[in-house]
Amino acid sequence: MYKIAKDNLPKLYVALQNIGTLLLPCKNKSGHADFAPYREDAEIALDAPLTNRSAKDVFFPQVENLLTFKTSGKELALEQNVPPVGVTIVMGVRACDARSFKILDKVFLKAPVDTYYKTRREQCVLIGLGCSAPEETCFCHAFGIDAGAPETDVQTWLAGEELCWQAVTANGEELTAKLVDGGVLVEAAADAAAAVSEQQEHTQKILSVLPLHDFKVNDELTKDELKVFHSKIWEQLAAGCLSCCTCTYVCPTCHCYDIRDYQETEERTQRYRCWDSCMAKDFTLMAHGSPRKTKVERFRQRYMHKLVYFPENNEGEYACVGCGRCLQKCPVQLNIVKVAKALEKAEVKQDV
Amino acid sequence: MQKIEKLLQKRAAELLAEGTVERVLAWHAGEFFYDNAPAAVSSADECDKLVYNEFCPANLCKYLIETSHAGKKTAVFLKPCDTYGVNQLLKDNRIKRELVYAIGTPCSGMLDIKKIKAAGAKGIISVSVDGDEVVVNTAYGEKRLAKADVLLNKCLMCKGAAYKIADEELAEPLPVPQFTGDKFAKVKEIEAMSAEERFAFWQSELSKCIRCNACRDICPACSCEQCIFDKPDTPVAGKAYADEVEEQMYHIIRAFHVAGRCTGCGECARVCPQGIHLELLNMKFMKDINSFFGQYQAGADSETPAPQVSFKQNDPEANSAVEGREQHV
Repeated sequence: MYKIAKDNLPKLYVALQNIGTLLLPCKNKSGHADFAPYREDAEIALDAPLTNRSAKDVFFPQVENLLTFKTSGKELALEQNVPPVGVTIVMGVRACDARSFKILDKVFLKAPVDTYYKTRREQCVLIGLGCSAPEETCFCHAFGIDAGAPETDVQTWLAGEELCWQAVTANGEELTAKLVDGGVLVEAAADAAAAVSEQQEHTQKILSVLPLHDFKVNDELTKDELKVFHSKIWEQLAAGCLSCCTCTYVCPTCHCYDIRDYQETEERTQRYRCWDSCMAKDFTLMAHGSPRKTKVERFRQRYMHKLVYFPENNEGEYACVGCGRCLQKCPVQLNIVKVAKALEKAEVKQDV
Repeated sequence: MQKIEKLLQKRAAELLAEGTVERVLAWHAGEFFYDNAPAAVSSADECDKLVYNEFCPANLCKYLIETSHAGKKTAVFLKPCDTYGVNQLLKDNRIKRELVYAIGTPCSGMLDIKKIKAAGAKGIISVSVDGDEVVVNTAYGEKRLAKADVLLNKCLMCKGAAYKIADEELAEPLPVPQFTGDKFAKVKEIEAMSAEERFAFWQSELSKCIRCNACRDICPACSCEQCIFDKPDTPVAGKAYADEVEEQMYHIIRAFHVAGRCTGCGECARVCPQGIHLELLNMKFMKDINSFFGQYQAGADSETPAPQVSFKQNDPEANSAVEGREQHV
């Protein structure tokens, strides 16, 4: 294990910036922490319990141009826009978000491989940060995630006056070696490891008394897909939904997208990909119209995908990491915990 | 407000049981004590799960569009500020008066859990109000905060305890938050900026937008059947914003579209997941309408036409309105 004094963190940021593009939680003008490129004058918020949004944009930007069509008379030229080459380092990734990237990998790296995602993902080194102050909206433990040990290339912990640093993967080792050679990181004594263990234990203790400590998605839900699909509870649950896209856009595992053309000028058209949301009326719109015409159907789609379809196709893994962003951000306080509990009550325990 | 909660549950159950209404719109509890959510109930025995306290910020009037479409007579519990939205929906012919049963629900200001947390309260178990103070019961003991410091921003511009539409009032009005400052102070601050500064301010605010449309979807003035930004085949389709300009256009176009119809309920800014000060755009329009056409409050009643859709001989000419701005301000 290595370490660096908190006061010397700017030195670490600069060293990382020299290796690749560094992204880390910075406060935006509203005072929220969000992943942003490192700048000397940025207000860095490494200790923010959770960023406003996850870092999924790094691999899967909200909008990206895939192709440009250029016409000149009868000539047509195609130009593929490829993601820029170069290392990206994302620092301060929490355990929930780290798991979400593995879930996204299952979608984008399965054949047919999404080359745009793959390029960005392979160029990226993730530096995780162990949680020390989970919030009441946290429930990552429901998905077997250890808040104190993010599944990243490097794990770090802010403990006492130091940032403790542990390489996990080969990419992590390589990055660590560069920083050790550069004299940025120094070998930590045994007490650093003890401080980390102590923090991890403390975090677990807090999680065990928070309101969602015993929340779990009931596995029975995936056993009878049609029963859950036809549940009477959906209408009741969806009643308050505004059909906005907040939950899907702040969710670290939501990954639906649309591909469309935008004609900029007579001669130039962009084929772009953009985030899509199953809450939107035109989601998966086809020539015959929308396959889900009502709000209830669209609402059901989102939760069926996360709690039933995804685990059915991915060895039981739910498309949720318990980050709690939907609990914090939904304008009308609808969220996956509420839905999973209501479904369990209605369809597993049968006590509506 | 606990007394009011009991009255609310009782009245909702009565109205459903006697068949006065088919549906009731109110609030029910969330996962925690502070995340009460909009609730629609249609049977009297569901009414005991309805809640009412300082954490029921949502304005329920937008759901009336759906219930009106369904032809269902609906009782809706409305805080004083929420009643403006109902009037505006009536004025815009988006809901039917005979299908709405409006119940005035006293409010003494809604609390902002984010502000309570930001004030340093950790491990919060519950929150109660004691006069001008908020008592925060935490795992580490009791903490007292000034209520005025932890009210929702929208409550700092409280329009008073009067209901602008109500078929009945649930209880005696409660004292509402008193706001003594100039509600246009921030707008004036932005007006005083140079064009470059102002552009930079809005660029910085609006570039945070993730186009989730929550501001639009909660807005009682945004009541189009199909929003232009949802049309997949237009270059302005919401999901497709190609650059920051489109992002900014969305909010500016929306502000223009609701000008004269925005009641200043502040829900847009409250629900924004990115914390954008959207209310400032709308308030700029309100301030201009007041200075060009005389004092006007959208939603104060359901009849008076907005200044922009009515003509008076002394209305300023389009150009003079712009050129003469300084005199009007």
